[in-house]
Amino acid sequence: MSKKLVLYITILVLCASFILAQDKGPQFIAIKGATIIPVVGKDIAEGTILLKDGLIEAVGKNINIPEGAIVFNAKCLFAYPGMIDSLCSLGLQEISSVRGTVDSRETGRINPQVKSVEALRPDSMHIPISRANGITAAIVAPSGGLIAGQSSLIRLAGWTSQEMIIKSPVAMHINLPTIRPRFRRTTTTPQEEASKQIKELKELFNKARFYLKRKQAAKKNMLLSKPEFDEQLEFLLPVVNGELPVMISVHGEKDILDAIKLVKEEKLKAIFFGVSEGWKVADDIKKSGIPVVFSSLYAMPPKWEDGYDSLYRNPAVLQKAGVKIAFSSQSASLAKDLPYHAAKAAAFGLDKKEALKGVTINPAQIFGVDDILGSLEKGKVANIVLADGDILEQGTHIKYVFIDGKETDLFTRYEELLEKYKKKH
Amino acid sequence: MRKKTIGFIVVLSLAVIASFSYGQDLLIKNGTILTVTKGTLPKGDILIIGGFIKQIGKNIEPPEGIKVLDASGKYVIPGIIDSHTHIALTVVNESAVTISSEVKMRDVLNAEDNSIFTALSGGVTMVHTMHGSGNPIGGENIVLKMKWGKTSEEMIVHEAYRTLKFALGENPKQANRFAMTAPRYPQTRMGVNAIIRREFLKAKDYMEQWDRYLKAKKSKKLAKNLIPPRKDLRLEALVDMLRGKMVARCHAYRADETLEFINLSKEFGFKIACFEHASEAFKIAKELAKENIGISIFLDNWAYKVEASEGIAYNAAYCTKNGVLVSINSDSSERIRRLFNDAAKAMKYGDLSKEEALKLVTINPAIQLGVEKIVGSLEIGKHGDIAIFNEHPLSAYTRCDKTIIEGEVYFDRAQYLKEREEMEKKKKEKEKKKVGGKK
Repeated sequence: MSKKLVLYITILVLCASFILAQDKGPQFIAIKGATIIPVVGKDIAEGTILLKDGLIEAVGKNINIPEGAIVFNAKCLFAYPGMIDSLCSLGLQEISSVRGTVDSRETGRINPQVKSVEALRPDSMHIPISRANGITAAIVAPSGGLIAGQSSLIRLAGWTSQEMIIKSPVAMHINLPTIRPRFRRTTTTPQEEASKQIKELKELFNKARFYLKRKQAAKKNMLLSKPEFDEQLEFLLPVVNGELPVMISVHGEKDILDAIKLVKEEKLKAIFFGVSEGWKVADDIKKSGIPVVFSSLYAMPPKWEDGYDSLYRNPAVLQKAGVKIAFSSQSASLAKDLPYHAAKAAAFGLDKKEALKGVTINPAQIFGVDDILGSLEKGKVANIVLADGDILEQGTHIKYVFIDGKETDLFTRYEELLEKYKKKH
Repeated sequence: MRKKTIGFIVVLSLAVIASFSYGQDLLIKNGTILTVTKGTLPKGDILIIGGFIKQIGKNIEPPEGIKVLDASGKYVIPGIIDSHTHIALTVVNESAVTISSEVKMRDVLNAEDNSIFTALSGGVTMVHTMHGSGNPIGGENIVLKMKWGKTSEEMIVHEAYRTLKFALGENPKQANRFAMTAPRYPQTRMGVNAIIRREFLKAKDYMEQWDRYLKAKKSKKLAKNLIPPRKDLRLEALVDMLRGKMVARCHAYRADETLEFINLSKEFGFKIACFEHASEAFKIAKELAKENIGISIFLDNWAYKVEASEGIAYNAAYCTKNGVLVSINSDSSERIRRLFNDAAKAMKYGDLSKEEALKLVTINPAIQLGVEKIVGSLEIGKHGDIAIFNEHPLSAYTRCDKTIIEGEVYFDRAQYLKEREEMEKKKKEKEKKKVGGKK
């Protein structure tokens, strides 16, 4: 045998063993030494989170780190589950005054057929900014009209909208009038307007049920004609079937009670949104079992006589009454501020831990994804935020964000512009 | 007899004036005092006499009969100052004309605007309430203290600079308006600059005419047949700018238009106190620092229009570190109550220290308004304008508990809650009685 051949064979064997070693099994990532705030369960000082295949393999104090695992030293950092924004327009709006960049609101009043995720722009500059502040998932919802359309739950990572979808659709969005309308054109009061619209909704749901009956009957009996295709009714079918939840934006005290009645009578799966006067009927909401997503707390109280802090204390009152609550940014360009809405409620009486739940485990439960999101527990998706302090504090720096077990890029439009002009100065 | 009455009236009116112009006495005890300019005093007292800070220190003996506020476990800071708002006004823009330098916000003050109370509830004691940005040259702004319940006259801060509002970019060129009516000149940034230049050229002419007239009036020969030039209030305001009696506050988002306005100010020799919004200030931090012109900005509110789409959250900290005087403003009757939250974000985006962050809403705006000798920090001799927070004011969990102006408590959360509780009780009793009556 020539020396050359031996060399070739040796190289070949080495290469093969290297390739085999690469394929040896799952890659572990160990986040070591952080103070872990799992949200569900007790905080762990200097603990370890073990990740495997994008999921959380183990969380605890004395976790065995498998050989070959990538170890992430997270000493002096705090580990939180990624936050969930319960309603925003991320990816649907770039610059709010430029129509060409706004896809969050369709014209017309009744649009159950539209799906926000189909307008989602994965390359929106606002998405990485939210992610870099510890938000890893968001409900992207359409707005406007009586029925705004369907929302989706997305992960804040991915090249295409398909890669970003966690669950779609998540809810059908319905808007009842606000207490203090911005532009009053009608002669009716907002409350009269609300009852009128509730009536309208009931009629629509009835029609949809009848439409469904005719469809089913036609399927069974060839002699019966199918109902003529109706776009609105077609897309309301999952709602009247109780498959797709409705997210009802409702604010006034009496409107909330009426909306509860509507949900009961129509046997809907429901989530309330906004609920500015919820504190006045907290027990009724509790009894209904309907969870509440608050609209942005960056707003003035709808009624001056309710006090300057009525929106700020509302979450505490509802939470103490036993209502499941969650927070939302209701924004695209300031969606990153989600944690501060929760903190503001904590400044006005909400327990700090409950505030954190309102941006983590509670939304996961409300949107039916608590088996995979919302806390740092074994088996859940590894959406993890490492920060140098409390993630609800404005002054805290978010150091690392993992989505599906992968470290994400925290370089945003902010840093891009900053770095560019640092060269000048 | 007559003399005596006159004397009595004089004494009485002096007493009335005295009671108006002097604040109250107050002793704040055992708070963590963040002076802003002279460090932090853990567990300290502040003595306010006649509305002025008399003493800051430990264990100050309370003078007899003085009102004492216990601030144990709480944070005591100078009252927050909002360098750019439009609150307490009945109208903001004079949109019928392009140039409206003759209007004064002083003429449209609304002392009953609820926003004054809102401001107090967020620890704000002073605001610069401004003309809108619809006109390249707007009107004269005014500085107010948030003395809720007092007359508008009593709120005016006479020590502050006189400021005139200018506006560049999308707003004065009406870029975001629906074209319902015929477009108004100017429609471009070049037109905006040209129209401001035109007005200053007119003002210069006008000023010279008056100077000539006044000079001629002094000479005995010419004085007899002189006719004074026609008064023009629109130009008078600009003459005040040229004479240095008033300074410019200029709404400008883009870096280029900001630099153009600096050029204009040099062309005519007027002073710019501050740029408003200045979303792109980080692009020209060097130039701003060199000209010693400050900026009054949002911390991170952006992307609501094209010219605001590069207003990054690092702007405040980056400009501060490059020697620009930065203040954080609200420009809103809602954001005004959480300016301290915005200031805290400058620690995340750009690593300002706590002290530097707090300056963004206290001493920095005070300097920009020319009132740093009387407010903006807790120092002996300054006004007793103070906000008390239950947690560190830069914590997201904090809440303003008391707001004090010149020693007088204008916002007291505990008192507010007590009154609300009593009112609710009364309301319930009334309802009970009604129900009982029906039975």
